[in-house]
Amino acid sequence: METNTAILLTMLIPALATVTNIVFRKQPNLRDGITLAAAVATFLTVLTILSNVGNGTTEPLVLFEILPGIDIAFNVEPLGLLFAIVASGLWILTHIYGIGYMRGNNESHHARFFACFSFAISSVMGIAFASNMFTLFLFYELLTLSTYPLVAHKGTEEAIRGARTYLGILIGTSIGLQLVAVIWTYAITGTLDFTKGGILEGHISGPMVAILLALYAFGIGKAALMPFHRWLPAAMVAPTPVSALLHAVAVVKAGVFTMLKVGIYIFGIDFLAETGASEWLMWLAAFSIIAASVVAMTKDNLKARLAYSTVSQLSYITLGMALATSMGALGGGMHIAMHAMGKITLFMCAGSIYVATHKTNISQMTGLGRIMPITFGAFLIGALSIIGLPPLGGSWSKWLLIVGAADTGQWVMIGVLMASSLLNVAYLLPLVGRGFFLSDPDAEPIEGMAESPLLVWLPPAITAIGCIVLFFFAGDLQDFLSPIVVPN
Amino acid sequence: MATETTHHVAMTLSDHLPVLAILVPFVAAPLCVLLGSRSLTWPITFLASAASFVTSFLLLLSVIDGGFISYHIGGWAPPLGIEYRVDAANAFVLFLVTGISTIVLPYARESVKSEIPERHHTLFYACFLLCLTGLLGVAVTGDAFNVFVFLEISSLSTYVLIAQGSYRDRRALTAAYDYLIMGTIGATFFVIGLGMLYMATGTLNMADLADRIADQGANRTVRAAFAFIVVGIGLKVAIYPLHLWLPNAYTYAPSAVTAFLAATATKVAVYVLMRFLFSVFQPSFLFEVNTLEFMIIPFAILAMFAASFIAIFQTDLKRLLAYSSIAQIGYMLLGIGLLNESGVAAAVAHLFNHGITKAVLFMGVGALVLRSGGSFFDRIEGMGKLMPWTSAAIVIGGLSLIGVPGTAGFLSKWLLVQGALEKGWWPIAILVVLSSLLAVIYVWRIVEAMYLRSPASDIEAKEAPLSMLVPIWIMAIACIYFGFATDITLTASHTAAQGLLAGPVGLH
Repeated sequence: METNTAILLTMLIPALATVTNIVFRKQPNLRDGITLAAAVATFLTVLTILSNVGNGTTEPLVLFEILPGIDIAFNVEPLGLLFAIVASGLWILTHIYGIGYMRGNNESHHARFFACFSFAISSVMGIAFASNMFTLFLFYELLTLSTYPLVAHKGTEEAIRGARTYLGILIGTSIGLQLVAVIWTYAITGTLDFTKGGILEGHISGPMVAILLALYAFGIGKAALMPFHRWLPAAMVAPTPVSALLHAVAVVKAGVFTMLKVGIYIFGIDFLAETGASEWLMWLAAFSIIAASVVAMTKDNLKARLAYSTVSQLSYITLGMALATSMGALGGGMHIAMHAMGKITLFMCAGSIYVATHKTNISQMTGLGRIMPITFGAFLIGALSIIGLPPLGGSWSKWLLIVGAADTGQWVMIGVLMASSLLNVAYLLPLVGRGFFLSDPDAEPIEGMAESPLLVWLPPAITAIGCIVLFFFAGDLQDFLSPIVVPN
Repeated sequence: MATETTHHVAMTLSDHLPVLAILVPFVAAPLCVLLGSRSLTWPITFLASAASFVTSFLLLLSVIDGGFISYHIGGWAPPLGIEYRVDAANAFVLFLVTGISTIVLPYARESVKSEIPERHHTLFYACFLLCLTGLLGVAVTGDAFNVFVFLEISSLSTYVLIAQGSYRDRRALTAAYDYLIMGTIGATFFVIGLGMLYMATGTLNMADLADRIADQGANRTVRAAFAFIVVGIGLKVAIYPLHLWLPNAYTYAPSAVTAFLAATATKVAVYVLMRFLFSVFQPSFLFEVNTLEFMIIPFAILAMFAASFIAIFQTDLKRLLAYSSIAQIGYMLLGIGLLNESGVAAAVAHLFNHGITKAVLFMGVGALVLRSGGSFFDRIEGMGKLMPWTSAAIVIGGLSLIGVPGTAGFLSKWLLVQGALEKGWWPIAILVVLSSLLAVIYVWRIVEAMYLRSPASDIEAKEAPLSMLVPIWIMAIACIYFGFATDITLTASHTAAQGLLAGPVGLH
């Protein structure tokens, strides 16, 4: 298959799944089956693109010209391809999990849920393959809009409030700041194409570089850089499959992915290093890493704790970009995959506990590990990967980030990364310990409680194994990503 | 820029296009009344509007790349005779106005049946045609006094159309009366201004006026004329502090009338304002630059924020959209005030984009009114489930109103911000995007009400009839289509902006 056809298909197949979900809303098995097939097809299409990569570069796929020099256009580059592989691969697992979760939990409006979900994936593919900032921005907004109904899904007062915060911050930052940055970039350079080495050099200088970077960094609200992180905990009112795929993988990764794209292809790593414009961003990211970890420790609600953990981990990637070295950028890119695999495991475990016991708070989960060994085992592996211990994937991206920090002599940053690992231990592992080793004398007898249904525990088990597998393929991943920082 | 002129004696039908666009609805209006047949009225109205639409489209095609067509009524040469003058700016307006009327009319059929007693239908459609004639005439004419005449034709018929809402809500009568008073004051100011210009220059042809004003320079009479004209048209445009007639008029008019007027009437007035600001007077006229910078731009920004803010707190959906219109007019005025090509192009593009956006929204609300019996928020709750197609179209319109990328509204905001940045006025650029965020708030109030609340217990609404849904969706698709296929809007608005900013092109 031609690469350009494949790119279109990766967006069209999930979009079609949206339609079939609406058309077959009354036949749950048919509807979910088609969506599963769509998820598999999307993943295979992305793999086709991957297998085509060696065959030389192709012309970007141009659909429309919006303004002179601005097209809706797509192309393939390593970072985007990695993002697409991660998102589409995990979609299959999350969909299986989602079927189990939605049915096991008797949630309402399945068709609307899966329709919006598929559409969100379609937008993610658009983001991953966008070949210029305008196209990326378009799909970025579509992703916000298509995930809004998912956050508001339960329709309760709390869900509506959460969804309002979600939309308010994401749309507010993107239109209020990012759009200004995009138009500004276009006004001074006349293009928005992602170009190796950046497009801004020679068009802007002095403190304006830092201001433009600030408009981007805060405008990309999905990267949850403090102080614009509040939408992420607010989004946790959504059903867990949403938190798992969208708010641990697709939406937040779209944010940091955009951040990396802007750093690497709009500003250019070297330009950032020369001007020192990203130094403040590095410090802010470091603050975000530590502060969010500390907040995570205070949360008893498991999903809220994971949400703050995500805020912290996303700033790793922002930090990688802000270090303005190739190792940092590579580490950031790799962390997209590593964190995705680890965090989706944790979220799916949280959902699995909820389906089996309807417990949401960590303090209530005493002794559950002995009843749900697979869930808690998977949680342990996911947690270790997030912490960054070998032999789990997360250790490599953290390694590269530390090397990047050492390259630039930012010793404080190395300290921050190390401290953050310790904090991760402090807020993730107690749950595992509590689950396996403690027993609660006051707890009601736990008869009738058992491991959650197969469809719910199997996906996190698979992603947990994925965390281990990634450890051994990190070298390949690094080779795959390295073209993004090699100048032409 | 290439200029072309046509012959004084028009030989073929296609040479008569400028006058045909006006003449067809103008003749159709009395025809409806004279025939007096209820069954024939609507087809005649629709055909007249459609014919006018085709004509306007042909006109737009012939001037979209620059140049203008000068048509002499009755073969009398200007400046003595009346001249119709079509260039990219007003051909685009003609295209918008006839397009909207042709799409609103099929929608109006069902909506009008439920809101206006049947015995008035013939007169209603006749008034509709007259209003259309007036709006088109204002846009097409190159004669300043002729502008006044057509403005009055459209205004008088508009008062009648708004008052027709009284069968649903008696407040339509006071709304129409308010508008009558304000509109008449506006028209009076306008004609006083014209009188002064005539006194100072001895001509009423716009191109001739422009030449003579440029020759003699500014004097007190010309300045006073300028002030009277700007205030007079400003009332019609609903520039922020002169907007008081608009919310009630839009809220209480019949739904189809609101959809038509909101999408066209203020837009035509904005066009006239541009014509006078740029073609009759010139930007080099210092008094004008001061007026723009110290009056129009501050008021525009005030409108963007204050009117959006008021919109957020409305309990009636139609009134909310009316305030939103006032805010959106602020964007157009701001674009004009920037006085550069991107800014003026943004104003022209927004005039078009906002026209189609508001048409979707008001038509959608009209459909909700038809089924749920009111446009208050408690009547539209839960409509996302009961009327999924109508609600989805309203959401698309809402997104375009916010200016989400991929919708028509985005393009004009982009141009506007670009215009502000080109001028180095980056605080203005930031104000533009910030005010869009207010639109997010009021649009999302609508979305939440429609989708996240349960319907009132007494409402048993079903989806709107197809004859309403199709026009609504044509406009909704247009909102998205013109967000991607931007070449028509961009070419037309840039050509129009170049033409307008080039100042007067003398008589040929």
